[in-house]
Amino acid sequence: MSDSPAAVEQQHGPELLHHFTSVEQQRDAASLGMWLFLGTEIMFFGGMFLAYLIYRLWYFNEFAAGSRSLDITLGTVNTIVLICSSLTVALGVRAAQMGKRKLLVILLLLTLIFGLAFLGIKGVEWYAKYKEHHIPGASFDVSDLIRDYPQIHIDPAHAQIYFSLYFAMTGLHALHMIIGVGLFTYLLYHAAKGRYGPEYYTPIEMGGLYWHFVDVVWIYLFPLLYLIDRKPLG
Amino acid sequence: MSEHVLSSKMYYGIWIALMILTVVTARVAFIDLGPFNTVVALVIATCKALLVVLFFMHVKYASEKLVKMVIFASIFWLLLLLLLSLADYGTRYAKHG
Repeated sequence: MSDSPAAVEQQHGPELLHHFTSVEQQRDAASLGMWLFLGTEIMFFGGMFLAYLIYRLWYFNEFAAGSRSLDITLGTVNTIVLICSSLTVALGVRAAQMGKRKLLVILLLLTLIFGLAFLGIKGVEWYAKYKEHHIPGASFDVSDLIRDYPQIHIDPAHAQIYFSLYFAMTGLHALHMIIGVGLFTYLLYHAAKGRYGPEYYTPIEMGGLYWHFVDVVWIYLFPLLYLIDRKPLG
Repeated sequence: MSEHVLSSKMYYGIWIALMILTVVTARVAFIDLGPFNTVVALVIATCKALLVVLFFMHVKYASEKLVKMVIFASIFWLLLLLLLSLADYGTRYAKHG
């Protein structure tokens, strides 16, 4: 292939856009851009994690009681669901790299199922909090926690901060999951049409990076929100 | 970073390690380790995050140095935010509330 403008123009397509010299360069540019975006996402979530850590330092009792009120079984199951979805994504990128179209479609479908299962379980947990009046607002009530943990002093105003952060952080994470489900529906549609193969699988790879990142955020949310202080109260 | 096709065995291995670490962290949370409960939980979480980033996200095999620099800079910035802020709030005399 000559490098003359006309010849380069002829190759115009998603496999190699005309402003890139080679497929490798195009891939490296895409992954650099994706990682820069993920860098901004780290900053986005970072601020919330910092707010969480500072309030946890100040209001440890309320945070411990709030953490104990979460359903640790559902939290663990959801962590496992997300880890499984990360596996199907990683295997999906591999299937695309090797040109196994059918396997790719199956793996993307499994990823979507895991993603929706996560959101469903999260919804069940949120609904339980709604029933318990643990959602910050006018009907907020933690008299159940005060009754259950007489050993520690619980200020409802401080408990409200724990639950505000709980809903903000899991809500923001769930929003990312919903966006991820949207992205993977798009990828599934195009994968089924046979658009991705060994020579062009950048969208699968970039979608995968996003999905894994959202998984990593949960990997930190799970211990911080659910596991802070489960040990026997003295 | 994209030329490497890793064996599916390795992906399953990482997956099993992540599952084991998840069960371990959920179990250890109920054992009283004093102040080390938080430390253990965060160390396990960091191990899991490293496994996902290095292997599932192919960072271990990334050929592009620029990508590694972006990741390093992002994490460095996050640590600056967390550690310096906590050093400030954690050492103040007045306790709020």
